[in-house]
Amino acid sequence: MEKTNDFSILIGGEAGQGSRWAGNLIAKIFNFLGYKIYVYEDYQSLIRGGHNFSQIRVAEKKVEARKEKVDFLLALDKKTLSLHQKRLTKKGMIVFNSNRLNSKEGVGIPIEKIVQEMGGLPIMANTALVAGFSKIVGIDFEVVKEVLTRELKKGIDLNLKIAEKTFQETKTYFKIKKFKKSKTTILTGNEAVALGLAKAGLKFYFSYPMTPATSIMNFLAQRDDLGVKVVQPENEISVINMALGSAYAGKKTAVGSSGGGFALMVEALSLAGQSETPILIVESQRAGPSTGMPTYNLQSDLLFVLSAGHGDFPRFVIAPGDSEQCFFYAGLGLNLAWKYQTPVILLLDKDLSENTFSVNEEIFERVKPEEIVSWNKKGDYKRYQITKNGISPLAFPGEKGIIVKANSYEHDEFGISSDLEEVAQKMQEKRFRKYQTIEREVAKLPAVQVYGRKNSKIALVSFGISKGASLEAAENLGIKLIQPVILEPFPKRQMNLALRGVKKIFSVEMNTSGQLAKLLTQNGIRVDGKILKYTGRPFFPSEIERKIKKMV
Amino acid sequence: MKKNNLSNLETYCKNTWCPGCPNFGILEATKRAISELIEKGIAKENFVLTCGIGCHGKIVDYLNLNSFYSLHGRSLCTAQGIKLANQNLKVIAFVGDGDIYNEGISHLIHAAKRNSDITVLVHDNRNFALTVSQFTATSPKGFKGSSTPKGSVEEPINPLELVFTSGGTFIARGYALKIEHLKELIIKAIEHKGFSFIEVLQPCITFFDNRKFYEERIYELPEINLTSQKEALEKIREWDYKNGDKNIPIGLFYKVEKPTFEELIFSS
Repeated sequence: MEKTNDFSILIGGEAGQGSRWAGNLIAKIFNFLGYKIYVYEDYQSLIRGGHNFSQIRVAEKKVEARKEKVDFLLALDKKTLSLHQKRLTKKGMIVFNSNRLNSKEGVGIPIEKIVQEMGGLPIMANTALVAGFSKIVGIDFEVVKEVLTRELKKGIDLNLKIAEKTFQETKTYFKIKKFKKSKTTILTGNEAVALGLAKAGLKFYFSYPMTPATSIMNFLAQRDDLGVKVVQPENEISVINMALGSAYAGKKTAVGSSGGGFALMVEALSLAGQSETPILIVESQRAGPSTGMPTYNLQSDLLFVLSAGHGDFPRFVIAPGDSEQCFFYAGLGLNLAWKYQTPVILLLDKDLSENTFSVNEEIFERVKPEEIVSWNKKGDYKRYQITKNGISPLAFPGEKGIIVKANSYEHDEFGISSDLEEVAQKMQEKRFRKYQTIEREVAKLPAVQVYGRKNSKIALVSFGISKGASLEAAENLGIKLIQPVILEPFPKRQMNLALRGVKKIFSVEMNTSGQLAKLLTQNGIRVDGKILKYTGRPFFPSEIERKIKKMV
Repeated sequence: MKKNNLSNLETYCKNTWCPGCPNFGILEATKRAISELIEKGIAKENFVLTCGIGCHGKIVDYLNLNSFYSLHGRSLCTAQGIKLANQNLKVIAFVGDGDIYNEGISHLIHAAKRNSDITVLVHDNRNFALTVSQFTATSPKGFKGSSTPKGSVEEPINPLELVFTSGGTFIARGYALKIEHLKELIIKAIEHKGFSFIEVLQPCITFFDNRKFYEERIYELPEINLTSQKEALEKIREWDYKNGDKNIPIGLFYKVEKPTFEELIFSS
C-alpha cells in the first residue's frame, strides 16, 4: 500500500449479490471519514449471474480515475478472485467470502454463515463483507452503523446485527487515517445532472429507458421533492416531440437517452431549431456503433451530436467531465436553452453518468434559474419577430389577447408558413444572427478548463470521463491539461488562451478515429498525436503517462 | 403583411388547397365549432392546435389560434406535451391518414391508451395527396397511386376499431361535406374529458374522388347506448374501409368517462 493515503478497493460478485450497493456503501463510509471518492462501476447487460464489480478509489486528495492496481480485493464470489487477483499490489490484501471460495492468501470471512445465523436474507452477505473489511482496516463500528442507518430504507436492525456480528468475528490488521470532514457529498454524474436541471427550474423530464441515461429518469421519479414530473412515453420520438410541446406551452423541459435513442430524436432536434423551442437533451454515450456494448463506454458520438439534424440551426454542445461539472453545466445548459430558444445537448458518457465522484456542496449554490427574454406585452405579439440579436421574445399559449404560433415549416414573423424568398432569407438570417449571438456568449462562459502546469509546452486535450485520468497523468508528468467543456459553438477565444506557449498537443479520447482531434483540427488547432482507447473501459492515468512518454 | 385580426378566426394566409377540396368543409366546421365554444365561455387564447405534415396541416395556418405546426406523424406527441404543461388549454390535433395511420400510428395507440385529454381530428382522404398520391393505411386494396400503378396489395385498417381497442374514450366518424353534423361532433369531442377521436372521411377530389361512393353509403347513426362496448364495436365494424356495398355509419359510436392521463400524472 502506498504511503499517500490513496487506496484502490475492488469489490466484485455475481449480478444479484449486490456488489454495486456494497461498493457504494464503502464509498459512503470513506466519505464519512473525510476521504475523496471515485467509484468505477463495471457490470454486464444481464440481471443474474455474470460478473459485476465496483472499483473504489479513496484518497486524501480529489481523485477522478481508477488505478490499474488494487490494494484491497473484496470477493463475494470465486470469479472476482480469479479475474482480479493479478491486479493486487504486493502488499495488497484479499478479503473473501469463505463460504464460497478458498484462498491461501488473505482473510476469509464466513459472511453467508453469519447472515444465516442472524436470520438475514442471502443478499445481506454484502453488508457483512463491508463490515468485515471495515473492521480489518480499523474503522469504528459506530461509523459503519451511522452510514448503514442512513443508507437503508428497510431492514436496518437486521443489517446492523449482521454487521456487528461480523465485526466481532473479524480482526483489525491496521488503522487507516481519518481526515477533517469537509462539506462533501458523493454523486454519480447522472444524479448530478438531475439535481442541476432541477435547480435551474426543470418541470418535466421525458425519457425512454436506455443505458446509461436511464438513471436520470429513475432518480427524478424517486425525488418528488425536486418538483420535476417524469413522463415515460412510447418511444424516443414521442419523448422529444412531447417535450417540445411542453416547452412551447412554457415549461422547462429536458429529455435524455444514449446514442441510439438520440438518433431517433434527430428529426425533432431540427424541429427545435426551426421552431426555436428551448430543449435540453442529455446524450449519454455508450460503446457503439449500433447496440455496441450497452454497459460499456466510448466517446464516439461527439461528431454525431455536433452535426445531427437536417438544416442549419444553432445549438450548444456541452460535455462535462465529473459530477460537479455535471451539476453546474446541466443547470447552465437549461438556462442557455431558454435564453436562446434553441436545443442544448449535454454530452455525457457511460462512465461519467454512472460512476460516483466527490462533490463539494458549494457547487449547489452556483446554479439558479435565469430570466428569459419575454414579450413586453406591447403591440401585436409575433413569435418570430425579427430582432438584431436573432432572439424573438417568448410568450406562451394561454396568454390573453395574443396568438402564439410555432412552426416547423419556414414561416413569417407571426408564425404562418411561407415559401417566399424574402421571408426565407430573413428567417435564415435571423437564426444565423442568433448563432452569432451564441458564439459571443460562449466567449464569456466558463467554456474551457485548464489544469496542470501552466507554462508547459506540452498539453493534453481531453473531454468527458477521460478528463479525470488525463488530469492525473498531466499532474504526474508536470504538463498541462485543457478540457473544452463547451464544444459547440467552439470556444475559440478560450482555447487560444489556453494553448498559448504550447508546442505539442495530444488529444486523449475513448474512440477509434480521434473525434476530438478532428474537431480541434477543424478549428485550426494542430494536433500532434492522439491517445485513443476503445475497449469500452476508461483510461487509467498510468496508460496515458506511458503513451505520452513514448510519444514525446 | 396584413395586420392579423384577433377578433375573428381568419388569418391573412392564402389558402392553397385545391379549389373545392373537402378540407374547406373541415375548416368551416372547425370554425363554427370553436366560435360556439368561445360563445359558451372557453377563452379564445386557451385553444391550441397542432398538426402533422400533409394537406391537412395547412389548416393551422388558416386559423387565427395558437398552434404548433409539428412534424409528420408526431403532432399527437406535441399535443400531449402541451396538455401536460398546461391543463387549461384545449388541445386539438389535426392529422392526416398517412400522417397518423402510417408514420405516427404508435403515437395514436399510446395517446388513446393513456386517455390523454386531447382531441384528434383525422382528415382521412385515404391517400398521400401532397406527394401526388400514394396509398396509405386506409386506402382500399387495389388503390392505384403513383407508387402502385397496378394497385396496392395491402388491405386497409379500420382506424376506429384500432382506437377503440387501444382505449379511446370518445370515438366518432364524420364526413367533411356534412358540415353541421361534423361541427356538432367537434364540439362534443372538445367538451369530452379524455381522448376524443374523430375520423373524418374527406374525399380527395384530385386523386381519390369517392364522393359518390360515400354519399350512396353514408348514414347518420341512430341513438345508441354510447357506453356499450358491444354496440359500439358492432357499429364500428359495419364498414371495414374496403370497397363494396356496405353502409357507412357516421356520428358518435362510443363515449365513456375515465380518469385522464394528465389527471393521473399530477395526482401521483
